[in-house]
Amino acid sequence: MAVPSFLARERIVAKPGFNRWLIPPAALAVHLCIGQAYATSVYKDALVARFDSSLTAIGIIFSIAIVMLGLSAALFGTWVDRNGPRAAMFVSACFWSVGFLVGSAGIATDQLWLLYLGYGVIGGIGLGIGYISPVSTLIKWFPDRPGLATGMAIMGFGGGALIASPLSGQLMSWYGLDSTSKETLAATSSHAVSMLFVTLGLVYLVFMLFGAFIVRVPAEGWKPAGFDPASVKAKALVTTNSVSAGNAIKTPQFWLLWIVLFCNVTAGIGILEQAKLMIQDFFRDGSASEVTLAAALGFVGLLSLFNMGGRFIWSTTSDFIGRKRIYMVYLGAGLALYVLLATVGSSAVWVFVLLAAIIISFYGGGFATMPAYLRDLFGTYQVGAIHGRVLTAWSAAGVAGPLIVNRVLDTQGTPGELTAGDYRPALFIMVGLLAVGFVANLLVKPVSSRFHEPKADAIFTETPEASVTR
Amino acid sequence: MTETQQSTTPVGLIAVAWALVGVPLAYGLYKTISTASQLFGS
Repeated sequence: MAVPSFLARERIVAKPGFNRWLIPPAALAVHLCIGQAYATSVYKDALVARFDSSLTAIGIIFSIAIVMLGLSAALFGTWVDRNGPRAAMFVSACFWSVGFLVGSAGIATDQLWLLYLGYGVIGGIGLGIGYISPVSTLIKWFPDRPGLATGMAIMGFGGGALIASPLSGQLMSWYGLDSTSKETLAATSSHAVSMLFVTLGLVYLVFMLFGAFIVRVPAEGWKPAGFDPASVKAKALVTTNSVSAGNAIKTPQFWLLWIVLFCNVTAGIGILEQAKLMIQDFFRDGSASEVTLAAALGFVGLLSLFNMGGRFIWSTTSDFIGRKRIYMVYLGAGLALYVLLATVGSSAVWVFVLLAAIIISFYGGGFATMPAYLRDLFGTYQVGAIHGRVLTAWSAAGVAGPLIVNRVLDTQGTPGELTAGDYRPALFIMVGLLAVGFVANLLVKPVSSRFHEPKADAIFTETPEASVTR
Repeated sequence: MTETQQSTTPVGLIAVAWALVGVPLAYGLYKTISTASQLFGS
């Protein structure tokens, strides 16, 4: 697929003396925008009122977007690697922005299917391409600290929700949303939410294009001052060879990491999905909970902070202790923390909050460390495309996680009457999943040399083949 | 080729780029911490 010359990889090769610290803000400009996907709950009630629909029907919008994220990341990963980050960020910005505008038209004209198509399908494609767009570039700019580099960008995805939630609330208020009663909410939601979508679509377009404008790829053979590639080669599981995306999916390592990501994300979603209700149910006495609604919302905010912080802190830590070991922590310690949550989590609010916060930091860390783990095993050659294919695990977990928790809770009782004990079966299922992920991670070994690209070709295409321009 | 040579990227551009992403992030962090503090206030 041809790209205009101003987007081509060759046009953005950094000149000598380029400062690599301009790349993280370029990546963050994209991830902070697409991270809005985690803030959909802020206008969920307004959309339910607007379409006179159910929470499930509105929740599907987010599910479609996450499924499309995984699919588009997998399908377009090779295209992203071939054409470079500027083309990818530009395309992502267009899809993400158009998704909001089409979604806005759906809200304004009372057509829910347009919202599914706009935010879910079109926006979801923007999500997938945007998510992987800076990853391989960051890894090439920071060969000495790939965990820190990708942690910074993927932290932005968590940070995007932190910005979008309060901003969306404020904007909807400015656009006249009145949530004092069900009737006023239904009457004012159409204008307020459709205008919110137009505003977000345009603001995100500008912001993401800024990222596309400043991003650069390193020149052939560039390396940071003082960096000795031999130090990388000396580490176990870290290759200096290259594996193509096509070959990567034929390796057991790829599928083991797919299982690792699936298990880690499914377990994390188990808490994230139910956070607000879960903390109230854990400390319920009859029909009342000792945790107020305001405190429950505070708990959700705290989890967002740990989700974001974990992405940066744990991914950076992996540069020092290694990728396999950090996943042993995410999955092994995560498993132990889940057992504690199920058994002693209801003993005190602070115990519950502490356990859940650490678990969620591991959930974020699992996302952020994956690109560096892939780089270690498969090299930098097509790491973006390989990462895109692994992200289908996220799509699967996005469906499986809520399904498991909701199904289990449905069998235990009715919402508003559940207690800590009712959550135990779901939590122990998550423990089992984490055990599976832990074993999968233990089985990860270096990739067989039969999957490596021929050396000469690999060196020649260290920066993937030239983009097709017109 | 290594990074050892003098940086040709304007410091102002780097500062502006970081500010553009840092300011919204700081706003989001402030708002979220304010919300999270309700957990400990009750």
